Amino acid sequence: MDTHKDKNLTIKNMVKTFGKVEVLKTVNQEVRAGEFFTLLGPSGCGKTTLLRIIAGLEIPTSGSVILGNDDITSLPANKRHVNMVFQSYALFPHLTIYENIAFGLRSRKINADEIKRRVNEGIEMLRLETLKDRMPDQLSGGQKQRVSLARALVNEPDILLLDEPMSALDAKLRAQVQEELRRLQRKLGTTFIMVTHDQDEALVCSDRIAVMNEGQIVQCGTPEEVYDYPCNKFVAEFLGAANMLKAKRVDGGVETELGFFALDKIPDWNEGLVTIRPEWVKISENKPDHNGVLATVEDSVYRGTNFDLFLSPGNLRVRTSSYKHFRTGDKIWIELTASDLVALGD
Amino acid sequence: MKNKNILWRGELTTEGSLLRKGLAFLSGGISWLMIFLVLPGLLFIGVSFATRGDHGELIWKFTVENYQRLAGYSLFGWTPDYLLILWRSVEVAFVTTLVSVILAYPLSFFIASRPAKSRYVWLTLIIVPFWTNMVIRTYAWFYLLSPELPLAKLATALGMIPPDTPLYPNAIAVYLGMVSVFLPFVVLPLYSSVERLDWALVEAAQDLYSSKIRVFMQAILPQTAPGLSVGIILTFVPAMGTFVVPDLLGGSKYMLVGNLIQQQFGSSRDWPFGAAVSLGLMVLTMISLQIYNRKGKEIEVL
Repeated sequence: MDTHKDKNLTIKNMVKTFGKVEVLKTVNQEVRAGEFFTLLGPSGCGKTTLLRIIAGLEIPTSGSVILGNDDITSLPANKRHVNMVFQSYALFPHLTIYENIAFGLRSRKINADEIKRRVNEGIEMLRLETLKDRMPDQLSGGQKQRVSLARALVNEPDILLLDEPMSALDAKLRAQVQEELRRLQRKLGTTFIMVTHDQDEALVCSDRIAVMNEGQIVQCGTPEEVYDYPCNKFVAEFLGAANMLKAKRVDGGVETELGFFALDKIPDWNEGLVTIRPEWVKISENKPDHNGVLATVEDSVYRGTNFDLFLSPGNLRVRTSSYKHFRTGDKIWIELTASDLVALGD
Repeated sequence: MKNKNILWRGELTTEGSLLRKGLAFLSGGISWLMIFLVLPGLLFIGVSFATRGDHGELIWKFTVENYQRLAGYSLFGWTPDYLLILWRSVEVAFVTTLVSVILAYPLSFFIASRPAKSRYVWLTLIIVPFWTNMVIRTYAWFYLLSPELPLAKLATALGMIPPDTPLYPNAIAVYLGMVSVFLPFVVLPLYSSVERLDWALVEAAQDLYSSKIRVFMQAILPQTAPGLSVGIILTFVPAMGTFVVPDLLGGSKYMLVGNLIQQQFGSSRDWPFGAAVSLGLMVLTMISLQIYNRKGKEIEVL
């Protein structure tokens, strides 16, 4: 029964063009069995196309999809043991919730007792007991999403694909669903591949994130790796590191308009960018021991749990949890720790 | 009470004024229907129970003889002739509708899959036959089915007809003519449903291990049912009563109820019997639609 839990997915030299548009430009990626893998990127980066190729809903121009030891590139969607949670949920409007969940099992002509057992299991797992006799149009967005999840999961797929699963939910529900998805995945041990453009969603849920841009995977790693060590400007900006400092390479580090910083990893460029996350910049009213820079508050934005301060020089954005309210024109000391600075590649 | 001010769709008015306005708007349509549909209909029911005079005139003497005749009873005992004509009409309408639907599905999907601009070209091509009179279109089939052209030659080669004979009059010719007349009536409403199809449902069905048939039954049919229903009714009902096509392409042997009615009001000058047959056709059409309504729902549940 649990054989599906050791099937790795390998995407090899995947290229997809629509007419003259190259949507995927040679993507190579492995997704390990049992991991929560997220494709993160802006709209039009090719992430959904890649997901649809894995589902069998799109045929790649070249390249292959390998699941376990089988090349499934040309296997039609209805023969793949891979199921999808659609962005619009795509519940069958003429069927009850129970029948929607049973749909895949009925297609496969599984015997009635087994269908009943598995559907009820799915209903219980996603807490749909009270909804099972309703029609899809009587459900809220969050409920529809749970039905859609149950409908895919009762098939016990090798891989569950999720296409922007939370885009239709409101912010509060989204946070809740993110945690639930993660719990569900850990419990089942099924490989989940999710597509999203929301960095929070990706960071909360994933074991690994692949950041995509213009048809390529730019960086792949654990949420910590991608968040702490973005490889280039695109990844850094996409994951919310707004501070970019122009830098020149010098002996043992870089020289910026905020001074010299010793770096652990010396960049391979002569002139480039270093970044520091807004929440890592330390501020104080007294001059720190080293690396202190006196800055002026240009603007301050209240965000509930924190303030975002915009400082010059360096056009820095600083996120501070301090309850102290700074005003435009205030002078404060900022302290940059060299180890928090990341030199970006091209 | 009637003069109380009320707010109706953003307009301050009174109930009495609303009522007067509503009646004024409705009166045109209602009187049209009364004068041209309800009254003639009632008159027709009356005529069907009247007697034909010796010279074809109408005698207002109550009789059920017309209906007995339609059911096959006459001075010479029982014959199924008229019932057969009625049954054949149902059969022709059914087959015409079925073939039109089978052809309309791929056609609608084809048109809907074209780029937006060329879709209108294709739709226009579907509508073009309407620009020509149905009699002329039907006569065109005479030429298309004539012995010199490939269709008849093919039929000869297959041994279906002797050499140098046209492919009419026969049942095939009737169906060719009927389907060509009614296909647009199915394609146009069906296309409007297909155009709005939610493809995510089709993909969901595929993703959930459905065979092609199951994808059609569960993802496409339920979504296109509204357009399909309109197409089926627009085809089946007029096809039941059609007489030009079977008259021209079917020959005298292929009489349908439409021809029978036309004959009664035309050459036979037997209005009472014609009225009885017409009402028989109406009842049969309504029964068919009722069956379709019930069966249609069952299919959707499948």
